Amino acid sequence: MTNPTPQPPSAAPHGTPRLTLRGIRKVYPSVVANDGIDLTVQPGEIHAVLGENGAGKSTLMKIIYGVTRQTEGEIEWEGKTVEVESPAHARSLGIGMVFQHFSLFETLNVTQNVALALPGKPDLRALAKQIEEVSQRYGLPVDPRRMVHALSVGERQRVEIIRCLLQNPRLLIMDEPTSVLTPQAVRKLFETLRQLAAEGCSILYISHKLDEIQELCHTATVLRAGKVTGSCTPSQETPASMARLMIGKDLPVCEHGAASAGGEVRLRLAGLSHASEDPFGTDLKDIHLDVRSGEIVGIAGVSGNGQQELLYAISGEEPLAEKFPVQICGIEAGRMPPDQRRSAGMGFVPEERLGRGAVPRMSLAENALLTAHTGAGLLRSGLINFGAMEKFSTECIAAYNVKCGGPGAEAKSLSGGNLQKYIMGREIMQAPKVLVVAQPTWGVDVGAAAFIRQSLIELRNRGTAILVISEELDELFEISDRIAVIANGRLSPTKPAAETNVEEIGVWMSGMWPGAAGVEEVSHAA
Amino acid sequence: MEANLITSMLFATVVAGTPLVIVALGLLVSEKSGVLNLGAEGMMAMGAIAAFAVTHETGSPWLGVLAGMGAGMVMSFLFGILVLSLMANQVASGLALSIFGVGLSAFVGKPFESVALAAVPPIRLPFLADIPVIGPALYNQQALVYFSWALMWAVVWFLYRSRAGLVLRAVGEAPASAHSIGYPVIRIRYLATLFGGAMAGIGGAFLSVFYTPLWVEGMVAGRGWIALALVVFATWRPLRVMVGAYLFGGVMIAQLFVQGSGLEIDMPSQVLSSLPYWATIVVLVIISRNAATIRLNAPVSLGQPYRADT
Amino acid sequence: MLLKLEARPEPSKLMAYLSPLLAVALTLIGGLMVFSALGTDPLEGFRVFFLNPVKDTYGISELLLKATPLMLCAVGLAVGFRANVWNIGAEGQYVMGAVAASGLALYFIDSESAMVLPAMVLAGAIGGALWAAIPAFLRTRFNANEILTSLMLVYIAQLAVSWLAHGPWKDPEGFNFPQTKMFADSALLPMLIEGTRLNFAFVIALGLLTVGYVFMQRSFLGFQMRVAGQADAAARYAGFSATRTIWIGMLAGGATAGIAGMAEVSGPMGQLTEHVSNNYGFAAIIVAFIGRLNPVGIFFGSLLMALLYLGGEQAQQYLNLPSSISKVFQGMLLFFLLGADVFIHYRLRLKGGK
Repeated sequence: MTNPTPQPPSAAPHGTPRLTLRGIRKVYPSVVANDGIDLTVQPGEIHAVLGENGAGKSTLMKIIYGVTRQTEGEIEWEGKTVEVESPAHARSLGIGMVFQHFSLFETLNVTQNVALALPGKPDLRALAKQIEEVSQRYGLPVDPRRMVHALSVGERQRVEIIRCLLQNPRLLIMDEPTSVLTPQAVRKLFETLRQLAAEGCSILYISHKLDEIQELCHTATVLRAGKVTGSCTPSQETPASMARLMIGKDLPVCEHGAASAGGEVRLRLAGLSHASEDPFGTDLKDIHLDVRSGEIVGIAGVSGNGQQELLYAISGEEPLAEKFPVQICGIEAGRMPPDQRRSAGMGFVPEERLGRGAVPRMSLAENALLTAHTGAGLLRSGLINFGAMEKFSTECIAAYNVKCGGPGAEAKSLSGGNLQKYIMGREIMQAPKVLVVAQPTWGVDVGAAAFIRQSLIELRNRGTAILVISEELDELFEISDRIAVIANGRLSPTKPAAETNVEEIGVWMSGMWPGAAGVEEVSHAA
Repeated sequence: MEANLITSMLFATVVAGTPLVIVALGLLVSEKSGVLNLGAEGMMAMGAIAAFAVTHETGSPWLGVLAGMGAGMVMSFLFGILVLSLMANQVASGLALSIFGVGLSAFVGKPFESVALAAVPPIRLPFLADIPVIGPALYNQQALVYFSWALMWAVVWFLYRSRAGLVLRAVGEAPASAHSIGYPVIRIRYLATLFGGAMAGIGGAFLSVFYTPLWVEGMVAGRGWIALALVVFATWRPLRVMVGAYLFGGVMIAQLFVQGSGLEIDMPSQVLSSLPYWATIVVLVIISRNAATIRLNAPVSLGQPYRADT
Repeated sequence: MLLKLEARPEPSKLMAYLSPLLAVALTLIGGLMVFSALGTDPLEGFRVFFLNPVKDTYGISELLLKATPLMLCAVGLAVGFRANVWNIGAEGQYVMGAVAASGLALYFIDSESAMVLPAMVLAGAIGGALWAAIPAFLRTRFNANEILTSLMLVYIAQLAVSWLAHGPWKDPEGFNFPQTKMFADSALLPMLIEGTRLNFAFVIALGLLTVGYVFMQRSFLGFQMRVAGQADAAARYAGFSATRTIWIGMLAGGATAGIAGMAEVSGPMGQLTEHVSNNYGFAAIIVAFIGRLNPVGIFFGSLLMALLYLGGEQAQQYLNLPSSISKVFQGMLLFFLLGADVFIHYRLRLKGGK
């Protein structure tokens, strides 16, 4: 494959910019996603687009890649005004994109997946060879013959990158690429990206992680609520100054308080093993864990390593064959369905808010009924007590600062952060003895995230045992008293958060903790 | 005498299975793109009456087959408008198509209720038809029987060897991903739906022009639904569709042979007539018992509406 | 210029109610076009089809009589449909309800007990529910698709009733017609209005509509069914049993369809015949949808559907058209409804070409 003439990786703009956006505006029926966006990317430049969830980053990238069209504004590509009509058109121009939620097909193999994105009818055997070449050249190891469903998320990302690179892109868009990687894998990815930039490929790097942007990017454009609020040279900024550009004020800090020693065991996993019912899922293997009253235990891990299955097993959404592996406040609950586990004192907040934690087209009041029917006394002899339901919902909205149109508002109409606050409030108001939370702040804006973390800490201080499963390491270090790692369906020992660091947990995330069973099983976690 | 019986049973089995082969293969292709069309019964009924009417008026069974195919396509296009352009629920829309098709075919078919068509002579394949026992059963058949075999291989080639088939499968698995790398999901689904309709129409035409050369209201008799079950039974694999269709063909004709065999079986004819329906249920139970089999093989987006945000 | 669909920020409550009316209007227009295509004066066709059947009290009583089985089947089906339990075999459950009730009526043909009739209602409900229990069991135990199994059981039920009417239950003095003896008076539903055929089943239907309303809109169990239908992951998260949902959904439809079958043999027919199956079970699917799966809507929807039935008979009598024209209209109605429903969540926008 041939690449354009290599250029120095400096951000010094000379000659024609590779991409210029002028006054991009995108209006959806209910929201203005982008408004008057200007942005210029030079050849060989790694350009960060920074902003919190909902700032309009993804919409902007979809416009550049031709997935959706701008309402107003102009795109200039290498000096010529263009209308990017479709992703195929974008690719023919030389624009490639690696999606945050991958656009791969699970039941096809790597080569077929790559072939689908290439024009014409590529010969699959030759293509497989090309894939191997590119994967070697850029340090992206992947086997072209494997089925995608058998790949780890890290490997899938490599497939996406290779798929882009095979088309010799002159601009590569990376949408939140590090959210699925271990800290070590992030470093390798950065090496690849620097190599690409050195060869003259421009990179648009979308992220909300300030330290990464500082490490990698030459320039940054900051978005807030669909508008550009500034641009800067990350190496000359501090995370705090960039945060101010991003959210318009200082980053909120959680009051963690002193970790208590922990009281009695409220949640015990005693040798939990379970085969996933999803053929592409991860089996849980012999998991042991105690969560005590008054502590927060965090479980870190790269997504797809058994987090889903673990939550299903703890919540009872997938009951086990035996009773003893899950014990709630001393009750062997392994075979109980979720409602009985709730009566035993457990609350849970799932990762998917719409469709699992809440019914999208039902009102907030009705959604209170979903889990709080008995715990908050919302029923009267089998019939719904509408008054009590409304009251509970109103209280929850007020106490958890949920911005919405009242208890009658559809769950679907709320922003991710507000819905999460509501669901969190619904569970906490039932005064659980154990609370299990998955991805508490996934896709939530900074303000709501801080509020949610603070609520968890306060709940801990009131004596609840809390288990948090998250893929955000920073978050876990911020709120947890103890941390464990899940990798390939196994759980590491826990370690007090104060006695470990990101580096060590990162290594554990590849399955390599002291005394880990069989290092040969780490491939899935890589 | 023994050999004769085997030959005629085999012959009848193939004939009875053929409409199922054709219809189920069409449905399989449309389901592979993610479209679940429960309107097969209605499309077959419309195909049957259109083919019968045109054959009756023109005297040409081939124009009849074309008309049946056209009728099936029109029906599937209506379905496409509902579920692909207007994003209506696929289950409800399929039911609507079935009810509508069965009703409309009964309505327009009224004048044709008491007429018969001339039987269409089979096509004898030289040499092959001379093979003892199986030759006369398999190679002295209606042209549409040969067509169904060719169709099976064409579908296999299309789905697993051609790029278009790869794209179709990709659309059925993850429409959002397919859209994000630039494939026109809705257009591809329309084409697959139309193909399903065309095959259902031809299957209906086979029934009314070749199989019984008669039009009777309700003559499709659940074959559209059985074809839908066959696709599940075959776990979306073309070769297994064909095997399954012939199994059902065998069950359907068993009744005739039991009654014609002169065996003293004290069994009401209704019990025998109900065999294919029981068989469908049994077959569904056997294949569905293992949820993982279905989940591994079913197109992931089957039955789910898709809309690109633009 | 292009018409384009655009998502509404909030679903339109107004359109949710308007869409059935829009579908009715479109069906009427479609009907007028069908009449003119057939060379019938469209206005005359409209008068005969839609107005003639309800021009007098007797006509209205016939309308309510026809609407009764539709109401019954539809209200039970709606319970299942709300939970995404696709029982489309109400026709078969209706037949089996009729069979069970007839069996009782024939067994007690000499009895004058007042208990015969209530027992028949119960038998009808149980017969239909048992027939619906087969797909429910196969779905919960073996994961078999209930759409296909319940539909197959329709064909089997029809063959079963045909066997009974031709065989063991055939009236020996019935001139060899495939039908049973006429039931005793004690097994016939009492009439509501003198001189009409409207019977007590209509009252039962109204009662079940009310029960259905309370169950679906007010009860926690009904709420659980709605959650299961809208977001099965949420139902699972909440701990609502999927198995129970399927059983309730299937049995509700089966029992009410069975009562409808009982009402038919014990009402206008007065005996079991081979032709007891009258497509009510399928028409009720349309009624359930046109009534928005809501008992109040189902009441009006079944009146409309009954009108289509009667109109078909009138068209056959006075316009010399096949009565299957009513099935064409039924299908059209559901088509238009499903199409019109898009406007609940989307609106049309004119888009100028660039």
